[in-house]
Amino acid sequence: MSMKASTRQIDGISIVDCSGRITLGEGSITLRDTVRDLLSKNQKKILLNLGEVNYIDSSGIGELVSAFTTVRNQGGELKLLNLTKKVHDLLQITKLYTVFDVKDDEAVAVKSFN
Amino acid sequence: MIAARLVDERALFRFFIMTEDRVSYTLDSTLETVDNAEQTASRIAAEAGFDDDEVMRIGMAVREAAVNAVLHGNAYDPGKKVTLDFEKTGDDLVITIRDQGKGLDLNNIPDPLAPENLLKTSGRGIFLIRSFMDDVQIHPSHTGTEIKLIKHVPGSPEGSKEASQ
Repeated sequence: MSMKASTRQIDGISIVDCSGRITLGEGSITLRDTVRDLLSKNQKKILLNLGEVNYIDSSGIGELVSAFTTVRNQGGELKLLNLTKKVHDLLQITKLYTVFDVKDDEAVAVKSFN
Repeated sequence: MIAARLVDERALFRFFIMTEDRVSYTLDSTLETVDNAEQTASRIAAEAGFDDDEVMRIGMAVREAAVNAVLHGNAYDPGKKVTLDFEKTGDDLVITIRDQGKGLDLNNIPDPLAPENLLKTSGRGIFLIRSFMDDVQIHPSHTGTEIKLIKHVPGSPEGSKEASQ
């Protein structure tokens, strides 16, 4: 299953609920387009809920990094929520776990944005 | 059931050669090939007795090698093929992926864990392959790159040694 994304707003934070696979091709493009769309609407506080993402490859990891730096370069913040074990382990071995701000509670995550 | 599956795979891949312990595919340089290579690797790894986590790792390693072959090696050239071999030796599952590109430059593989590379958006494929497999051998030449991925089979002396660590 390729990646699906739906966006909701809570207290000015854009929460993107992602599901499926973030991989080379369609999955990575969906993530890229979703973040670009939010930025074009000046929505720069983004919480990516990856709780239903069961697979991510190196291209998907690259897309997460790209989203993180793109949002940050525009003065916004992008955080990650609810990592599955597989995604958590991948971010650990690529040393990206400490680069991203990773949360496991949505309410806490929403409050953590400046 | 097995016959039906083989027919499906023949439809997916242009050529299909199978002996008792070895199966070989010749694939087009497409994104569909990447998905098919991963799925086939995962199925063969599961049948070889690997647990779910190892099946995922083997599938991802093959996916990353297939991505390199299709994108960087053959550059989506429809005239170039990727070959994918699976061989079960006594102790190992050996997976070989070959492309027909210009040959990978082994001196130009950056370390994705270096601080200056952490926020790069690419360059993690070979690193993940090496992380997930027991042994990785890369043989570039001017006619293409061959990458051999080796995983010790559960129950083999090497596989048992790792499981107990």
